[in-house]
Amino acid sequence: MRVTHSIALATGFGMAIVGSFTPLAAADDFPSKDVQYVIPFGPGGESDISARLQQKYFEEITGEQLVVQYMPGGGGAVGWSQLSDMSNDGYRIMGSNLPHIILKPMGKDVGFQTEDLNNFFYFHYSPDAILVRNDSPYETLDDLIQAAEQTPGAVTFSGSGTYSANDVANTRFQQLADITTTYIPFKGTGAAVTALLGGQVQAEWGYTTVAANHQDKVRMLAVAAEERHPMFPDVPTFNELGYDMVGGAYRGMAVPEGTPEEVQQELSEIFQQINENPEFQQEMQDLGFVLMDVPLEEMDAFMAERQEVYEATARELGLID
Amino acid sequence: MEILSYTLGALSPVNLGLALLGVASGIIIGALPGLSATMAVAVLVPVTFGMAPESALIMLGAIYTGAIYGGSYSAILVNTPGTPSAIATTFDGFPMAKRGDGDLAVTLSTLASVAGGVVGVLALLTLAPLLAQVALSFGPVEYFWLAIFGLTLISALSEGSTLKGFMGAGFGLLLSTIGVAVVGGDTRYTFGSQVLLGGIETVSALIGLYCIPVLIDLVATPEAHLKVDEEQRGIRLREGLGHAWLGKLNLLRSATIGTVVAILPGAGGSIASLVSYSEARRASRDASSFGKGNPQGVLATESANNATVGGGFIPTLVLGIPGTPPDAVILGALLVQGFRTGPELFTTNASITYTFIGGLFLATCLLLPLGLLIGRYAFKSIITIPKALLVPTIAFMTVIGTYAIRNSVSDVVIMLTLGVVGWLLNRYGFRPSPIVLGLILGPIAEQGFVQGFLMGRASGAVVSTFFGGPISLTIIALSVLSVFYPMIKVRRARRRGHDGGGSHQEVS
Repeated sequence: MRVTHSIALATGFGMAIVGSFTPLAAADDFPSKDVQYVIPFGPGGESDISARLQQKYFEEITGEQLVVQYMPGGGGAVGWSQLSDMSNDGYRIMGSNLPHIILKPMGKDVGFQTEDLNNFFYFHYSPDAILVRNDSPYETLDDLIQAAEQTPGAVTFSGSGTYSANDVANTRFQQLADITTTYIPFKGTGAAVTALLGGQVQAEWGYTTVAANHQDKVRMLAVAAEERHPMFPDVPTFNELGYDMVGGAYRGMAVPEGTPEEVQQELSEIFQQINENPEFQQEMQDLGFVLMDVPLEEMDAFMAERQEVYEATARELGLID
Repeated sequence: MEILSYTLGALSPVNLGLALLGVASGIIIGALPGLSATMAVAVLVPVTFGMAPESALIMLGAIYTGAIYGGSYSAILVNTPGTPSAIATTFDGFPMAKRGDGDLAVTLSTLASVAGGVVGVLALLTLAPLLAQVALSFGPVEYFWLAIFGLTLISALSEGSTLKGFMGAGFGLLLSTIGVAVVGGDTRYTFGSQVLLGGIETVSALIGLYCIPVLIDLVATPEAHLKVDEEQRGIRLREGLGHAWLGKLNLLRSATIGTVVAILPGAGGSIASLVSYSEARRASRDASSFGKGNPQGVLATESANNATVGGGFIPTLVLGIPGTPPDAVILGALLVQGFRTGPELFTTNASITYTFIGGLFLATCLLLPLGLLIGRYAFKSIITIPKALLVPTIAFMTVIGTYAIRNSVSDVVIMLTLGVVGWLLNRYGFRPSPIVLGLILGPIAEQGFVQGFLMGRASGAVVSTFFGGPISLTIIALSVLSVFYPMIKVRRARRRGHDGGGSHQEVS
């Protein structure tokens, strides 16, 4: 009787010890199997392309595969609203996009709150840019502003979606330059650039990535990055021209609530390492992206800063009071 | 000459093997309802990163070609278009299968797909830079009118009551507004439910509206699924070739329509196959037999939808604007591989581009033997599997397929609901096709209208924006013609009846 008792006790002890070590051990050899990477958009977009570029370096670093999946719908809302139901062991991560995750839930119910997403790393952004066709009469940003001043609303911009990065950029720029333009939302960047190339609109709110893909047909008037993009050394930044605009479509990764802190930290470090790989850096740059590192420990400050910017714009757009 | 040698580069043993593998797996994936060409291509993308660029592209093109063709199997044999571009294939394909000609319908679909595919690829090879400009000449206003034109086809397509056809389309249009609007960003008709937030996904609607009623009827009636003849007649290739030869004009016209429509990003295969179907019917002297199992109907749609493969690559490769959803995935794969689309693809990177086009051509030709072989097997298994096994198998596949579209349980719920609704409506004479057409064309029309209106307001001329351009006016004229054509035809037939007395029997 006593023997069984002590055995039970010992077992209990043993389990307690093992139990207390498990999370650490799990973080140590994380990942020990494939990680599912859910993109809340369809295949072929920039979120997909940048995830595909991360894929092979993830395998190099961890020896495990990063499996890209898609859950499109509602401009990302379908995926993000399901994040909280997913397993929180770190083997399921989801693409996270700014300004989407802040603007979408603002003032209405889209099935998720910004806080539902535990962002662990933000790795790049596509800087906003104003694009015109090669044969456009607007040679500089000033030309375009003058035209908009002469006849308010006559300068038309195509862009991707409503309450999107492009819409935000347009609203902010109208405020800063004190002009009125017409913003025409299209379904995705592809449709927006088609409208520009086809002469349906005079300019497009796009990204450096769009200019990189259509170099022979379009030029940029200004880029909303901190410094000039190495691919386009001749295109000025908005800051240089006197407009305080740095921003674009930011992309990162998030895990569901309750994912162990150590696992999040490990994930953050893995993606930091990918960002440091010179080969990856070159590939991203060639496509027009701008890399940035927002690891787990800096995430809160970064999100708070972006929140402030978007709230100001949302007020202007009439999304919130 | 260089182009020729690049094109022949596709014929290396490795590439040949990859094309064979790609086409075969594409056919099987495309035949399963819900597993679309886009998905087939997306799944394969990571595999191709380890390959040489041209081999990767050949494999992607092959799986795409196979999947578009494979969609015709489920359309013919179980009345379920595997992809939106196979909607019109159900019109005549399923009635053919019902009366015991499923084997012939599959053979016809194979022949038509090869013919259409070849025309599309030839257009890509020879006229790509020229035709790409068509994509740019279509703006929001033109898309708006194109969608309206598509809706007018209902009057030409609907069996029975035209009024019910338009009512069905209205229902489809309403369904299309559910979810978060692209233009304007508001959330509409979700009734606070998360299920409806993402809107109604077209393929899950297709599966629900077409396949579930068939399943319900199968369970409710004692008859066999398809009528089976006593003696099996093989693949009936000779008979199929006979029909194809009779319909050579039809094939060519449909392939041309398919190629041109595919160049317009966002219009896609569904419009292409519907337009070519209604044209085939209009041109036929035996229009009344369309929809009841006329082989020419299958030839028209299948020729058109495989022509969209080559046609869709024209804006993709020349302008970097994907013509169809699978093209978007392939374009993404190209970018990851470090290629840039545009003129460079035809100059500096010409070797890869032309090898790819050669690969597409090869894949299209491989459709003939592989399609006849796999099609024979698919037909046999559908007719030999007992009903008690067939129904649960298809039901299971519809659920899995719907879930797989975007990993969403909501889509499964929507699919099943629409299935029951579709079955009920069907009993009252409302066919699924107008509903689906409304669902597909609704967003195109809505976005085109709002964008066109914003453009018009900016330039201070809304009316001339919508009615100004030559393309718009042409499409408007076609729409008017399309709406009134059935009436004109009836009147003409009546007049002829008066003139010719009793000798107005239709030639069949």
